[in-house]
Amino acid sequence: MKKLSLAKLNDFFAAIAAKQALYLPVNNKVGKADFTKWTAGTEMSKALNTVRSAKDFFFPQTENLMDFKMEGKNIEVIDSREECEDFVVFGVRACDAASFAILDSVYLVDPVDSYYKNRREHGTVVTMACGKPAETCFCGTFGIDAANPAGDVTVWEVADGYMLRANTEKGEALLAATADLLEAGDEKAVEAAQAKTREIMAKLPLAGLTFDGVGVGKTKELFDRPEWKTLSESCLGCGTCTFVCPTCQCYDVRDFDTGNGIKRFRCWDSCMYSDFTLMAHGNSRNSQVERFRQRFMHKLVYYPDRNNGTFGCVGCGRCLARCPISMNIVKVAKTLGGNK
Amino acid sequence: MQEMMKNRAYALLENGTVDRVLGWTRGEFAYDMTPAVFRNADEVKNGFVYNDFCAANLSKYLVKECRAGGKILVFLKPCDTYSFNQLLAEHRIKRDMIYVVGIECFGKADVEKIKEMGIEGITGITAKDGIYTVSTIYGDKAIKPADVMAERCLACKSKKHVVYDELIGNEGEVVEDCNRFDMVAKLEAMTPDERYEFWRGELSRCIRCNACRNICPACTCEQCIFDNPNSGVSQKAAVNSFEENMFHIIRAFHVAGRCTDCGECSRVCPQNIPLHLLNRKFIKDVNTFYGDYQAGEDPTAKPPLGKYEKNDIEPGEAGGAKE
Ligand code: SF4
Ligand code: SF4
Ligand code: SF4
Ligand code: SF4
Repeated sequence: MKKLSLAKLNDFFAAIAAKQALYLPVNNKVGKADFTKWTAGTEMSKALNTVRSAKDFFFPQTENLMDFKMEGKNIEVIDSREECEDFVVFGVRACDAASFAILDSVYLVDPVDSYYKNRREHGTVVTMACGKPAETCFCGTFGIDAANPAGDVTVWEVADGYMLRANTEKGEALLAATADLLEAGDEKAVEAAQAKTREIMAKLPLAGLTFDGVGVGKTKELFDRPEWKTLSESCLGCGTCTFVCPTCQCYDVRDFDTGNGIKRFRCWDSCMYSDFTLMAHGNSRNSQVERFRQRFMHKLVYYPDRNNGTFGCVGCGRCLARCPISMNIVKVAKTLGGNK
Repeated sequence: MQEMMKNRAYALLENGTVDRVLGWTRGEFAYDMTPAVFRNADEVKNGFVYNDFCAANLSKYLVKECRAGGKILVFLKPCDTYSFNQLLAEHRIKRDMIYVVGIECFGKADVEKIKEMGIEGITGITAKDGIYTVSTIYGDKAIKPADVMAERCLACKSKKHVVYDELIGNEGEVVEDCNRFDMVAKLEAMTPDERYEFWRGELSRCIRCNACRNICPACTCEQCIFDNPNSGVSQKAAVNSFEENMFHIIRAFHVAGRCTDCGECSRVCPQNIPLHLLNRKFIKDVNTFYGDYQAGEDPTAKPPLGKYEKNDIEPGEAGGAKE
């Protein structure tokens, strides 16, 4: 366990940023936190979490896959991939850190997504335990401990500074590179911070929420439930829930006509959209009920079916806070699972 | 208010005036009610909720509901009735399939503002004698509704319902000095470069979730051009910032003269982009160039951008181009 005193926080950031890009949550002009590149004078946000999730670092909203250049009758295919530079993301919360494992299970299995892998390999994730979880948080439902997040390095905020623990080789390397700013830390301070977080967590309205009524093997039982109709009735099909979600992983590949060639890019897609998985014969899910059901069945049944019961949700609460009509995975799981 | 609304819903369902009721159903927390359709008195009894956090404008759902047949009761705030009229004018809904109950409005609360006050771990909110008591896991807090009123309600243009079959509560007045164009005037006073920077700063946060479009009662195209894979502009994410701007500019142009200034687009934006400023600029310009016009006020009025007169303003005449 290492300790960084409050007075040395900026030096610590500067030391990291001298060698690689450093991103951390910073308040934007409307007072909401965004991951932003650190430069001298940047102040870390005190917000519990960012509006957009940390998945952007590994699975960006849009990225170029390849280019085609046309000249006369020749088409040149250009590999536009660039080796990613090393970077550090500081202040990732336990929920988002857990979402990386879910994205890995999709992008790092055969056939490996080289674009994603490249960024994963070059990124060091520094997580920060939550001091004050919100009423929308339910990471505990999935066995995620807000007081003990995963990541290459875990950081706890204590009265006079920060406690840091390296969890991986990358983490060790980061702490070694900043060793002259760190001192030996005391486990006790971390335990006290953890106890406080867990005490708050236990008092929140979603404490003790379980998803037992949904999950592995429930496709037949849940697929034709009449409640889908009422649950999805006022859904706008907007995709806000998908785009703020750290575990939503679907993308579309599109061609952008540049005039003398094509930029082939991929971008986030949403199963809530009418042209999702559009095929030559048309759309496989013609109504919003079907599209809505897909989003929740994927997270609550199909994904767990294929991943030893792990749900495709980490309880970050973003969809609870952001859906324009306040429909969300907790309401769906409770209605279908019949608990509380 | 909630009890009066429920009682009217029971009565109108019972005497066969309506088959369904469009309102709000209970949330997980004290502030996250979801729009819902109730099909019988029991459903109303068990699920219907109305309070200051029921902010959604229900008018647009009527497009879908009119296709379902039967007759539906809808509860509309004053601003929602303008959207309703506009949808009528555009033949998107059928008047005789809808029973409108206007509800008096004192302004809606924005839970974001409560959270911005540093109030965390909310477990309940109750309203009594003009004070909200917010219960949290750290203790109770008393707050004034005026301090957490939704932004759009602070510049409310009308407390008057422009259409209804019956009213619950008192009828209000059009608010003449609502100051809703103050920020537009500030933007107009900027240089083109400053204005460009302002909008780039705002729109660069956009995640293209389409919530602003999908909630908008003026956006009722069967298939939006941005969703049509054959349109050539249907990119789901912006390839570059130019496209991001285009989505918003095209949308603002398309709702110009039809936008009632209901404020839903800004309310739902997960990135807090002040989209209403784009629309208000158009509303202000329409007022200036064609005479005062409020979309939705009168469903039989000729829309200023939908008719032609010889002395109409010519392109470029109003200035505003970059020197
Ligand atoms: S559940 Fe909510 S956020 Fe998701 S598509 Fe529907 S309306 Fe949009
Ligand atoms: S479904 Fe909602 S709560 Fe779960 S990870 Fe996604 S945004 Fe977070
Ligand atoms: S553009 Fe915004 S303010 Fe205007 S009608 Fe649509 S949602 Fe309402
Ligand atoms: S709601 Fe906001 S973030 Fe979503 S598309 Fe509209 S402006 Fe962009």
